[in-house]
Amino acid sequence: MVVVLASAVVVAVVPLVFILGTLIIKGAGSLNAMFFVAAAAPAGQTGGGVGHAIVGTLVIVGMACLIGLPFGIGAGIYAAEYPGTRLAVGCRFVADVMSGTPSIVVGVVAWAWIVARQGHFSAYAGSVALAMLMIPMVMRTTEEMIKLVPHSLREAALALGYPRWRATLTVVLRTALPGIVTGTLLAVARIAGETAPLLFTALGNQYFSLDVSRPMAALPLVVFTYATGPYQEWHRLAWATALVLIIVVLVLSLAARLATRQRYPRS
Amino acid sequence: MTIRIETDRVTAMYGKFTAVKGVSLRFAANRVHALIGPSGCGKSTFLRTLNRMHEMSPGGWITGQVLLDGQDIYAPGVNAMHLRRRVGMVFQKPTPFPTMSIFDNVAAGVRVTGRRSRSELSEIVERSLRQAVLWDEVKDRLHRSALALSGGQQQRLCIARTLAPQPEVLLLDEPTASLDPRGTQLIEELLFELRTNFTIVIVTHNLHQAARVSDTTTFLYLGTMVEHGPTKELFTTPTNEQTEAYITGRFG
Repeated sequence: MVVVLASAVVVAVVPLVFILGTLIIKGAGSLNAMFFVAAAAPAGQTGGGVGHAIVGTLVIVGMACLIGLPFGIGAGIYAAEYPGTRLAVGCRFVADVMSGTPSIVVGVVAWAWIVARQGHFSAYAGSVALAMLMIPMVMRTTEEMIKLVPHSLREAALALGYPRWRATLTVVLRTALPGIVTGTLLAVARIAGETAPLLFTALGNQYFSLDVSRPMAALPLVVFTYATGPYQEWHRLAWATALVLIIVVLVLSLAARLATRQRYPRS
Repeated sequence: MTIRIETDRVTAMYGKFTAVKGVSLRFAANRVHALIGPSGCGKSTFLRTLNRMHEMSPGGWITGQVLLDGQDIYAPGVNAMHLRRRVGMVFQKPTPFPTMSIFDNVAAGVRVTGRRSRSELSEIVERSLRQAVLWDEVKDRLHRSALALSGGQQQRLCIARTLAPQPEVLLLDEPTASLDPRGTQLIEELLFELRTNFTIVIVTHNLHQAARVSDTTTFLYLGTMVEHGPTKELFTTPTNEQTEAYITGRFG
């Protein structure tokens, strides 16, 4: 039995090691300071970097958080505070369906809503698409984390004469905060690596850009473009970019782990 | 003797289920009153009608009257939040707020009533911790997490937190049920002290505790009040057969 389970663990871990190993072997050689700072080189030339895509990813994901977090956390609080209401049940159902929706579908929807109407691609269309992916994840985590807070804490606050909203904010939400932060970071890590929703929205860009109403580069888009391109040089850059992307995601996941570990420090 | 709390045919429901049936009682000021009875007899529910916490439970509602200093606490226009600052409550399991320091825990119930100066808060916190006989143990670590305290200390911290807004009445719902004998003894001694300033109603399933700490005892069974009287009389010469059966350990 132990042998069977242990081999299952090995088989489960092998792909991760393999992915990391391949990326490091094929990509690490191309990493240097210029790679992080410079924008893409013109087609056919060697060199160039993904600085523009790193900035783009930060801007697009940052805006997605600005849109997605208030709605996701707000809806999560509502669903946890008024669990039996029709709105909460409906909201939970929609969130469950949404988290199963293929991300490319979300991208198409954002394209139809924003890009098709305005007639041009834009970074904020990408952010809206990512926010739509993020909201259900953040909402469900927030709800679950609030539900984990013992009911007795809320009662203790109410018995001290706290109004309900204040008991929720200062006692319940604060106690649940590390868990909510963890869930949020995991959601950010997930959307930072999404390619499909950005294909028809943010589109990609060869140059540095901070104009959110114009196309903007993002790390996953760069990987996609370079990997499917015709040049040997592009393939090399694609590997290096993929390595950068996975490092970003791993760092976020590790940060999420650390945030969880600080929960219940001395109980 | 002043009557602090008077209940008139209090019936407490959870939806259609009746947990407390027409209980009428009087609690004198500056006394310790014990509520005893087997599990599910409605003693906790009854206690929760005295600070309007019962109505926060799903489906919780009551009929009858509860008078605090002659005023109906369920009258329209009475603010339940203000009432709960006059009628404090301590629960079975210690419930320190895990994200707050010891100081902030004690100050929590005061801060909710409005801004106070730092020195005023410090005074209140010290006074409350002294009243709860916890000051000497925590005075050097007021700004550390409350979770570092032992169970018994946490419960005394919760008592200090409840005392800080200076309530008139202290409701205790099996406050020593999760504590070891030493912690229990400290809390019982504390109740004896607190009696001079507060009116105390304590729910306990520990008969010895009721006999040790209380001036009057009420025996509840299946939601109804069976017997009420001075603790000594109730434990030595109960007038009701059920009471006698319960206190001699024949059921419950």
